[in-house]
Amino acid sequence: MSEHLVRARQLTVRFAQGKSFIHAVNGVDFDLHEREVLCILGESGSGKSVTLRALMRLNPPSKTIMSGELEVGGHDVVAASEPQMSALRGAFVSMIFQDPMTSLDPVFTIGAQITETILRHERIERSEARKRALNLLDLVQIPAARRRLDSYPHELSGGLRQRAMIAIALSCRPKLLLADEPTTALDASVQIQILFLLREIQQEMGMGMIFVTHDLGVAGEIADRIAVMYAGRFIEEGPVEDLMQAPLHPYARGLLGATVHEGSRGSRLVTIPGAPPDLRHLPDACAFAPRCGEMEGICLEGLPALRSPAPGRAARCVHVTDRASVTPAVDAADAPTRRVSNGAR
Amino acid sequence: MFLYTIRRVLYAIPIALAVSLVCFMLVHIAPGDPIDAILPPDASAETVAMVRKDYGLDKPLPVQFGLWLAHVVQGDFGLSLANRRPVLNEMKVAAGRTFLLASSAALLGFVIGSVLGGLAGAFRGSFIDRMAVGFAVAGISVPHYWLGMVFVIIFSVVLGWLPAIGAGPGDWAWNWLHIRHLILPAVTLSVIPAGLVTRTVRGVVVEILSQDFITTLRGKGLRHLMLALHVIKNAAPTSIAVMGLQLGYLMGGSILVETVFAWPGTGMLLNQAIFQRDIPVLQGTTLVLAMIFVTLNLTVDLIQTALDPRIRRA
Repeated sequence: MSEHLVRARQLTVRFAQGKSFIHAVNGVDFDLHEREVLCILGESGSGKSVTLRALMRLNPPSKTIMSGELEVGGHDVVAASEPQMSALRGAFVSMIFQDPMTSLDPVFTIGAQITETILRHERIERSEARKRALNLLDLVQIPAARRRLDSYPHELSGGLRQRAMIAIALSCRPKLLLADEPTTALDASVQIQILFLLREIQQEMGMGMIFVTHDLGVAGEIADRIAVMYAGRFIEEGPVEDLMQAPLHPYARGLLGATVHEGSRGSRLVTIPGAPPDLRHLPDACAFAPRCGEMEGICLEGLPALRSPAPGRAARCVHVTDRASVTPAVDAADAPTRRVSNGAR
Repeated sequence: MFLYTIRRVLYAIPIALAVSLVCFMLVHIAPGDPIDAILPPDASAETVAMVRKDYGLDKPLPVQFGLWLAHVVQGDFGLSLANRRPVLNEMKVAAGRTFLLASSAALLGFVIGSVLGGLAGAFRGSFIDRMAVGFAVAGISVPHYWLGMVFVIIFSVVLGWLPAIGAGPGDWAWNWLHIRHLILPAVTLSVIPAGLVTRTVRGVVVEILSQDFITTLRGKGLRHLMLALHVIKNAAPTSIAVMGLQLGYLMGGSILVETVFAWPGTGMLLNQAIFQRDIPVLQGTTLVLAMIFVTLNLTVDLIQTALDPRIRRA
């Protein structure tokens, strides 16, 4: 039995570029449990999308070097053969992509793109698959679903396309749904609809979900747990409410300070000075130190270990007092309080 | 789709008119008097005037054009100045031969080009890609009449495997005796479209494979054939447009190859007509070739529209 949908240990992803490497993901540890929603938060280039794609091994195969341990649904993703991976993709785990304008094949109907996924993974009749496709369009609340089944992507609005995208992702009832900034390309009013829809379906179907976003508001809306990513590492991780109320890492505080949210009303928004580090030459120290207002000499003396001041919380910063000590944050995250705080929302 | 088809067919009519006018004008702008080609140099002025009147060449050009067009519309292309045979019959035989040659070359070129281009695009940067690109550049750059002569030297003169000229004895028939004659000119003529199609298909496939939806498809668990189906359907409209245009060029543009291999098609007919100032043949053949080109373009447009839902209109 596998209660972990995902188990990552020291997951590293590098891209070969000429003679140098881009160190996109640099030792990420996390677990995802059934029915849990993890939000990976970070700015562009922080490695959040690469981490997500690594889970399905969808990064460009010729350039990508993956190491560390990564299990998805009990399968070793680092070592699995390509046929094994493709059997997993779309069935056990599937992904919703950022831009619904470019992520659907323009010359196939929505219906065809759903049914081919079903027929790829299940031995059923085409008519049966088409029936399921119709139900899926109903599930994602596409009006006039029967007509939309024979529509081409360009005939739908952005919001409807993203719904169709979600329907494709759900077509084989995956246990794990990955969402790569699924609302970023949409209008604000449509964003929130899609977000609620995803949350609703995730709970209804009992899926685990990893949701990548740079939008703190979106993360607060949908996540059980948030992981903040910087320069290819999880620099802070914790239950959504704790993290949003009292972030531990200076970078997470900076993100919160630079975002409009309820607590910030009336106060001035603060930007984080500087730019993210060059992923080709990462320092052997806290990667955020050069931009950090609280930097001390010790910050440059090596990579800060993950410190946990309270159960379920952890941050890679020397200023954080370590109480739970050795216990990795990922295991402490099982604490029963998490579900309660989640249900209260 | 039906209305769109009708509209496109109607659009072709003014194009046809303009083309026939240009054909007519070009022939008359060109230097040289057709009468010189028919009559001996020492013919008397009266004879010249009589023949000129006989052929209607004494009338003003607009009248000549009007008369010619009126006849053409009825399927009467007049008589050849050179051999007094109906132009229509001459063209029918020649066009049949050219169509045979052009379609064989096209089939060969398109199959080679699609396969090579598809593989090169799918395995970009690999050995097969570099081979295909090299072949494409060579195919487009090598003058095909020169290549034809090289083929003749190798396969006809040195090896003696295949005949160098003609289309075989009598009427065309699908037997080895006749097919032997087709091989060298068809292969020679297929090199340019093969190269062009290789390059086009490769480019299109590379572009498609770099698009976001390919990741989506891989994320659904699709591989190999199922993925290829998506790539092919996306690549088809552009590739077919290029192939259609190429078929048009092959139908009209094989003059040099037909001359090298003495293939009795429209190219050779045109070539002879030019040298003999055989105006009716020249005008008729040019018009027919132009119309074939227009028709092919129209067909390509319609196929493209049928394949790509994004350009489909009411």
